[in-house]
Amino acid sequence: MITLTHFLLVSACIFCIGLYAVLAKRNAIMILVGIELMINAAILNFVAFSRYDKTNYGGQIFALFAIVLAAAAVAVGLAIILNVYRQFKTINPQNIHELKD
Amino acid sequence: MEQFLFYAFAAMAILSALLLVSIRNTARALFLLFIVLFAMAGLYLFALADFVAITQILVYVGGVLILLIFAFMLSNKELLADLQSTSQRFMSLPNWQSMSLSLAFLAVLVYSFIAWTKEAPEWMARAQADGSILSPTDDNIQTLGLKFMTQYILPFEIISVFLMMALIGAAHLSRREGSR
Repeated sequence: MITLTHFLLVSACIFCIGLYAVLAKRNAIMILVGIELMINAAILNFVAFSRYDKTNYGGQIFALFAIVLAAAAVAVGLAIILNVYRQFKTINPQNIHELKD
Repeated sequence: MEQFLFYAFAAMAILSALLLVSIRNTARALFLLFIVLFAMAGLYLFALADFVAITQILVYVGGVLILLIFAFMLSNKELLADLQSTSQRFMSLPNWQSMSLSLAFLAVLVYSFIAWTKEAPEWMARAQADGSILSPTDDNIQTLGLKFMTQYILPFEIISVFLMMALIGAAHLSRREGSR
């Protein structure tokens, strides 16, 4: 049986890689990918803790909710990215600094 | 055997995630995300969450990744050139500020996890003492279905309405101005 610490360490690594992608990338799609990695690390934690919660199954249920939230976030985020690309012809967040039309 | 498979999946997830953030080519990075998501689904199986693993594959690999690839193709005219040129520099130089920030965060997380395992919460110790932890022979999917329809009915309805709102909003946002 694999202990909880193993899961926690793996998810910490994935979370920090996602954090690096969010901080360092110059492409809105890669930033979204970084956010997805961070959400996946959180889901791994949920699922790992759920093993000790047989009466409520809270971890697994909220892991499923987190997957749904991530899917909704990606759908809206990509719609925004497409609009921004149409407006500015770039998806580098550093070049997008005007709010007015 | 179980340990070995777990380490194999964990190594696959972490190494391909590292390659994902260091590669320059966005198309290749998206396909590496595919591998990361599959490896994470494998890791969920080791925590005995089979339904979550299947949902991960269906929703992420089948939905989110396809959406990401669509957005990439719609917002990048040099996709083909990007795929063909095995660029002059394969890896990008890591950006040291973000690197040091995320390494510091990793250190804090690892330290707190190791300090935390010495005094695990009471409910976990009690579950272990009772022997009421999940076992591989449990019928996960049936229990999950029952829980969704009884104990967690309110969050379930809220998330359903939220998902519908988000999808309508996304469809509205991505509509072209002229074509109505």
